[in-house]
Amino acid sequence: MADGVKPRVKVPKTASAGEAVTIKTLISHQMESGQRKDKEGNTIPRSIINRFVVDFNGQNVIDVTLEPAISTNPYFEFEAIVPESGDFTFTWYDDDGSVYEETKSVEVS
Amino acid sequence: MKKAIAISSGAAALCLMVTPLLAEPDDDSLVINEELQMVTETEAPDHLEYVNTIYSGWRFRTDETQALQLDDFDNPAMLTVDAAIDAFNTVDGSEGKSCASCHAGPEDFAGLTASMPKVIDGKLVVMEDLLNNHRAKAMGAEPWKWSGQEMQGMVALIGLQSRGMPVDVAIDGEAAPFWEKGKEIYYTRYGQLELSCANCHEDNYGNMIRADHLSQGQINGFPTYRLKQAKLISKHNRFRGCIRDTRAETFAEGSDEFRALELYVQSRGNGLSVETPAVRQ
Repeated sequence: MADGVKPRVKVPKTASAGEAVTIKTLISHQMESGQRKDKEGNTIPRSIINRFVVDFNGQNVIDVTLEPAISTNPYFEFEAIVPESGDFTFTWYDDDGSVYEETKSVEVS
Repeated sequence: MKKAIAISSGAAALCLMVTPLLAEPDDDSLVINEELQMVTETEAPDHLEYVNTIYSGWRFRTDETQALQLDDFDNPAMLTVDAAIDAFNTVDGSEGKSCASCHAGPEDFAGLTASMPKVIDGKLVVMEDLLNNHRAKAMGAEPWKWSGQEMQGMVALIGLQSRGMPVDVAIDGEAAPFWEKGKEIYYTRYGQLELSCANCHEDNYGNMIRADHLSQGQINGFPTYRLKQAKLISKHNRFRGCIRDTRAETFAEGSDEFRALELYVQSRGNGLSVETPAVRQ
């Protein structure tokens, strides 16, 4: 696991049925592109988050492929319609095989 | 924003495209996380002779930059603050201690930043001094670099505990000689361009200096996440940057001159809310 990786998610705790809620996500990650060289001229190996997936009650909301040009600490903000109470699961896939997960519940009133 | 409107007369179109002068701070109100109302404009403290109203630097920034400070989730400084929370609980140095060995938590320091810098045992002390002294004496740890992210992250974490409280530094008694020295530096013209702090931040705040909208140079939001550098910036680093831009030899970060200047500039913001960690351009 790369150093200092920490996922953060902001989801409203309550929503009304069918409401589009704004979801903000950020994962602190170095996103080393693989294009840079160190002082000795050796290539610094690529180490990025390459995929980000959000599901709601098992149904896919977004599925993003990330490329090396995306900068440090990738941030995503998007809207999702919440039909019923349930859980959002957020999953980030690291180049080194690590998987970071986060879950947030939304109550529909 | 004004948009240029197509008009048949070329001269009239040119007139419309002249942008209005930004001579004043804007009228926006700063509420963080939709609950914490900040004071960004208030009556100047009595010791200020030439300024009637003091404004937070937040009021001089663009709407986009301002927005980053409205919600802690959007505030990029919070990543470094989070790292400082981890550092608070991490053992470092020969004594096998962390900050948490002696202090219950960062919350213990509520209000401290609002009263810093202050005189302790005859010396003017800023937050960076407190941290490195405790690291050396209590923990037996190596000192942190003044403007390093470990140091500034911790300064920001402690400052965050005072967020929303009014800045209130003492300038009388023991602090008076340091304050006078800081004031002298503030009004001294430095460098080939012969500019003092006051030339820009007192005489010309609200005006544009090239592409930059000059603020009053308040430091109530420091350490500040500066978008240009994409990291937390210390007060002394910004002092140094300003003096460097006058084409002068600058004082060093952590010098007694900058400690005195920090006390003086902080006292010019007495009454504004502590905004640490702020976001600026």
